[in-house]
Amino acid sequence: MIYKGRVWKFRDNIDTDAIIPARYLNTSDPKELAAHCMEDSDPQFVNKIKTGDIILGGENFGCGSSREHAPIAIKEAGISCVIAKSFARIFYRNAFNMGLPIFESAELWAAIKEGEEITVDSSAGTITTTTEGRTFRINPIPPFMEQLIADGGLMKHIAKKW
Amino acid sequence: MGYTITEKILMTHTDLKEIQTGQLINARVDIALGNDITAPIAIKEFRKAGGKKIFDQNKVVLVLDHFTPNKDINSAMQCKFVREFALEQKVTHFYEGGNVGIEHALLPEQGIVLPGDLVIGADSHTCTYGGLGAFATGVGSTDLAAAMLTSELWFKVPQSMKFIISGNLQKWVCGKDLILYIISRIGVDGALYKAMEFTGETISKLPMADRLSMANMVIEAGAKNGIFPPDAITKEYVEKKAKRKYTFYSSDADAVYSDVIEIDGSKIEPQVAFPHLPSNVRGVSAAGNVKIDQSLIGSCTNGRIEDLRIAAQILRGKKAAAEVRLIVVPATPAIYKQALQEGLLEIFMDSGAIISPPSCGACLGGHMGILAAGERAIATTNRNFVGRMGHPQSEVYLASPAVAAASAILGRIASPAELA
Repeated sequence: MIYKGRVWKFRDNIDTDAIIPARYLNTSDPKELAAHCMEDSDPQFVNKIKTGDIILGGENFGCGSSREHAPIAIKEAGISCVIAKSFARIFYRNAFNMGLPIFESAELWAAIKEGEEITVDSSAGTITTTTEGRTFRINPIPPFMEQLIADGGLMKHIAKKW
Repeated sequence: MGYTITEKILMTHTDLKEIQTGQLINARVDIALGNDITAPIAIKEFRKAGGKKIFDQNKVVLVLDHFTPNKDINSAMQCKFVREFALEQKVTHFYEGGNVGIEHALLPEQGIVLPGDLVIGADSHTCTYGGLGAFATGVGSTDLAAAMLTSELWFKVPQSMKFIISGNLQKWVCGKDLILYIISRIGVDGALYKAMEFTGETISKLPMADRLSMANMVIEAGAKNGIFPPDAITKEYVEKKAKRKYTFYSSDADAVYSDVIEIDGSKIEPQVAFPHLPSNVRGVSAAGNVKIDQSLIGSCTNGRIEDLRIAAQILRGKKAAAEVRLIVVPATPAIYKQALQEGLLEIFMDSGAIISPPSCGACLGGHMGILAAGERAIATTNRNFVGRMGHPQSEVYLASPAVAAASAILGRIASPAELA
């Protein structure tokens, strides 16, 4: 898969309260959740982004609560994929289970500026900047995770054998 | 090569004869938990996948504890949705209204989770049950849906970190201080994807309430699970509560650990996590003059009867400072009743406290204790992220019930030793 968009950078340890504050968890409607995506980190975030844009986090992205509302809000807001130095484990599970593409790259964060456009090629395992053509490797996705993505998430994956 | 307790519990929930760290396995689930925030998505996913009947009505647990008593119409709708599902599926362990307690205090108290169990919960603090010697981990709603449908879930066998804690704890130091200290040592991702196993002479004497409180916060170091090998203290806690068989597992002498960390518990003073990370910890003596607007004593971390007793011991005959809102949240109806019978609630009321019904509300900034811009709370909860308890410009400081009670009286972050 190819994901192309502008990059929005966030600090280390972006927790799920920063992605979707608990005060909005009285609904699971994706559209309502998306309207508040990243609100406590950047109140203007949803007004600035365009469909296809990419979130770039630091270490431990998605730490904190298990709320699947977090990847739902990101996906529904139109973000095509999330790249981070590392992901917290429940967020990592949730993203693969519900179909939000996520990638790990240790070097990208320091190497590019907010607003730069990049292209992620998941099958080639590369990230390329549009203007300068610089290329970065993404960490390989474990085969089981690739299978989850190919099947369209966990529920469709288990439906195959259930 | 031997196995850790975590590996043993995972392996016995598969048909495999051997497993190794990093391996992906499908394991059978003993208990699958959801709440009023996470269960609605799980139920929708369950139905979307064609689910008609949950795998076992005794093994799916639904607890409406987050935004209850219903804080608004949307929350009421979410609870109604889960209630209808629970009734339709004849879920044995469905809790709401006067039965509801904060899930991670409620499930051990009611004997629903037991040593040796494999527990998943669509709530990150599901790791609490590691205090009993169970493998317990937080997952998302889709994971819960898959488990409700198939009785199984995928896991990666984690590496284990071993923490050996020795020495007698100082006065007023409890499990909460130990875990805050450990998180400050290893960082908020110091145990990412790993199991944290707690052993040593201090641990072997540590009461169950403290073990549950420590296991509760391993997620704050990024861990998959925390675990206390079960012993005589575990036996005493579970034997009257259990209504089914349970198993005590222990780590083999030649089990392999990614890290072994030794800690002298006698050197640790009461700890305080400053905003905005649970790892941003200082000893209370180095807290400085931090004025507070609210003190919250409760939550799945520290809302047990033992916690309330400590707070009451400090608050007895004293008043919370005029500018401090003191909120006490007994974590379950049984704890509430026990506190009433022991006269603790009277002590709290005389000190000027608000006594809340059991609810997660205040801890996650849901309701019943929201902070305004610029306000500061000391809380016996588990997270102090930006905006966790309310306005993004409010601040949360994490500490033990003893420190929260002393701080309420003095109007600033303070050690109980200052009141002696």
